[in-house]
Amino acid sequence: MLGRTANGLYWMFRFIERAENTARLIDAGLRMSLTSMQGQDDEWGSVLQSAGVFSHYMANYDEVTSADVVNYLLRDRDNPSSVMQTIEQARNNGRMVRTGLTREAWEATNECYLEMKEQLRRKVPAAELPNIIDSIKQRCGLIRGAFHGTMLRNEIYNFARIGTFIERADNTARILDVKYYVLLPAASYVGTSLDNVQWESILRSVSAHRSYTWAYDTDYNPVNIADFLILNGQMPRSLAYCYEKIVSNLGYLEREYGDRHNAHDTAAGIKSMLHRREIQQIVDNGLHEFLEDFIGQNNRLGNEISEAYQFYQT
Amino acid sequence: MLISDSEPRDPYKKYFDWYANQESSELIKKSRDAERIFRRTGITFAVYGQEDSAERLIPFDIVPRIISGAEWRRLAQGIEQRVAALNAFLEDIYHKQEIIKAGRIPRHLIEKNEAFLPEMIGVRPPGGVYTHIIGTDIVRTGENQFYVLEDNARTPSGVSYMLENRETMMQMFPELFYQNRVRPVENYPKLLRKSLQALAPPGCTGKPRIAVMTPGIYNSAYYEHAYLADQMGVELVEGSDLRVINGKVSMRTTQGYEAIDVLYRRVDDDFLDPLTFRPDSALGVPGIMDVYRAGNITIANAPGTGIADDKAIYSYMPEIVEFYTGRKAILENVPTWRCSEPDSLAYVLEHLGELVVKEVHGSGGYGMLVGPAASKKERAEFAKKLEARPGNYIAQPTLSLSTVPILVNKGIAPRHVDLRPFVLVSNEIRIIPGGLTRVALKEGSLVVNSSQGGGTKDTWVLED
Repeated sequence: MLGRTANGLYWMFRFIERAENTARLIDAGLRMSLTSMQGQDDEWGSVLQSAGVFSHYMANYDEVTSADVVNYLLRDRDNPSSVMQTIEQARNNGRMVRTGLTREAWEATNECYLEMKEQLRRKVPAAELPNIIDSIKQRCGLIRGAFHGTMLRNEIYNFARIGTFIERADNTARILDVKYYVLLPAASYVGTSLDNVQWESILRSVSAHRSYTWAYDTDYNPVNIADFLILNGQMPRSLAYCYEKIVSNLGYLEREYGDRHNAHDTAAGIKSMLHRREIQQIVDNGLHEFLEDFIGQNNRLGNEISEAYQFYQT
Repeated sequence: MLISDSEPRDPYKKYFDWYANQESSELIKKSRDAERIFRRTGITFAVYGQEDSAERLIPFDIVPRIISGAEWRRLAQGIEQRVAALNAFLEDIYHKQEIIKAGRIPRHLIEKNEAFLPEMIGVRPPGGVYTHIIGTDIVRTGENQFYVLEDNARTPSGVSYMLENRETMMQMFPELFYQNRVRPVENYPKLLRKSLQALAPPGCTGKPRIAVMTPGIYNSAYYEHAYLADQMGVELVEGSDLRVINGKVSMRTTQGYEAIDVLYRRVDDDFLDPLTFRPDSALGVPGIMDVYRAGNITIANAPGTGIADDKAIYSYMPEIVEFYTGRKAILENVPTWRCSEPDSLAYVLEHLGELVVKEVHGSGGYGMLVGPAASKKERAEFAKKLEARPGNYIAQPTLSLSTVPILVNKGIAPRHVDLRPFVLVSNEIRIIPGGLTRVALKEGSLVVNSSQGGGTKDTWVLED
């Protein structure tokens, strides 16, 4: 397989994951602004931070308003992480690796692009936002479904999966990091209703506000929320789950190619760290420091993978 | 295709029996279905200079064009003869140049031609084949009258449309394929792979490694490049994936560099090797021409084949065919005036209203004048260009092209068409029965180019 093809697959799936995550962040932001309460004004700012585009936004807009932020995140051509731009990049990467995809996986990607291009042709009125968000999530789900249902479990699959989980881990870590202060013990044990809304917003932005209840309790508790998103191996967006998957997909590549790289050790190291840690220990030592360190390591792993498998010409 | 207003020609009889029982609203709906299928598949092409319609569909007409087995046999013989002559011509002008010495083609026409590559003089491609994949454009003007419009000998495109059109027709109208015995085209990718394999460099032991080379996803024919690579089961590479290592062209894989034996390139000569041709090319592979000259890679089609489908050379094709095959050309050339010759220029200027004037190096229907359809002002303006650079133009009579039926809102209507059969040359010549039929969708129009509003249809050759 060409190094460029591996690169294309990896990024195609990172972009699909990112598009969906951005849609979810908007959803959470929207929810917060519906819950009219003191402190909500900052919500769109933290949505921008979670998406990693806050400073870019501030360079282009004078103030943070819900209409501007939504438009920026959904369809701004100047925002490389906007839903439309990421879907277009996913599709371009899909075109580039077309020979590696089944007809079903490609067509789902192409249709997602065509449909979103149509729906995001003009500014989305507030009343239509929930529909658009659903439609983004649905279209991304269709790609994933076609991919899982039809692709051979080979190197192609592995690179796509690795891209998915590197992106997802980065996203979950960012969401938590932006909100880490509301999970801090001192402030949170009080459990005010504002806290509750904030906590729910975190869970909502990873589509986990229902599953949390099944896994823990009906009451939100900051330590449990952190545990759920960082260490819980059953939660498909937790860091632990992402690393479970990254390590196993890298393992397939190792067996298939008969080659072990730095990336394998880095991934295994992160996975076992997540396995050993207790949540209380993480919180006590500093949640922010932990997350910052994790995001850095996750990035480093991405670079090591691209080097190991010759994504670029050197 | 109609003999009179009401009676279809023989090969269409069964189709029209079927058609008589169809609801036309149902057929219109099927047309839309077909469009949806094409759009979802992503069979789109880029029109240069039109940013918003960056991705357009070529319109597809659901009425097949039908050719009888007997008609096809004659065509195929003519094509085979022509393709053999083209390869012999290329071999000759890059070696002994006997056709020039014999005074059949003027030397300056070859050596001053941009498509002629001096770098290829004395180079013998593996198997002695220069043009491996050819698309011969043919028009019909009467029951038994076929003309060759153009020999696309460098990088003919459109074969993916031929294949997707058939696929779509079989999906939408399976019953038609029970009723008519249509010769298959879907083995084209397999035959292409076989042809390419058969011409691997002599030093290649074991199974030759093949790749398709594309300029990238923004190229107008990218869909086809990906499609062919996928169907053949070979890698689709770009220049940035390739590098010359130890005298072999190699591609960067996830496990390091691997050598390639046969490269089906869809990149123009100019961009192939920045060390030999355009130094600013980012699409090519530095040093690939050295590997080629050393006989360590097969490039299909060979660099320098463009000279064979140059429009200035075209007018000499009857001589070329006769010179190399010793027989008269089975398929006729359209009579052509070379405006570089003063007598011809005078004639062309006088008869602009009846002629089609084309740029020698143009393609895609750009920069041409269709005399009968042009206004007086347009003709006068064109005449000025013609007088300024006569050597840049050739002229041909407007042919009364045959028509075939297409589906329109009111039912069936006649439109002008051409035909591009695809030919594969290796140790043998293989002609795929059928090809790409391009149709001028506008009533009365003669321009079939997809960049100018033309469409395509499935082309059936019947087994009889």
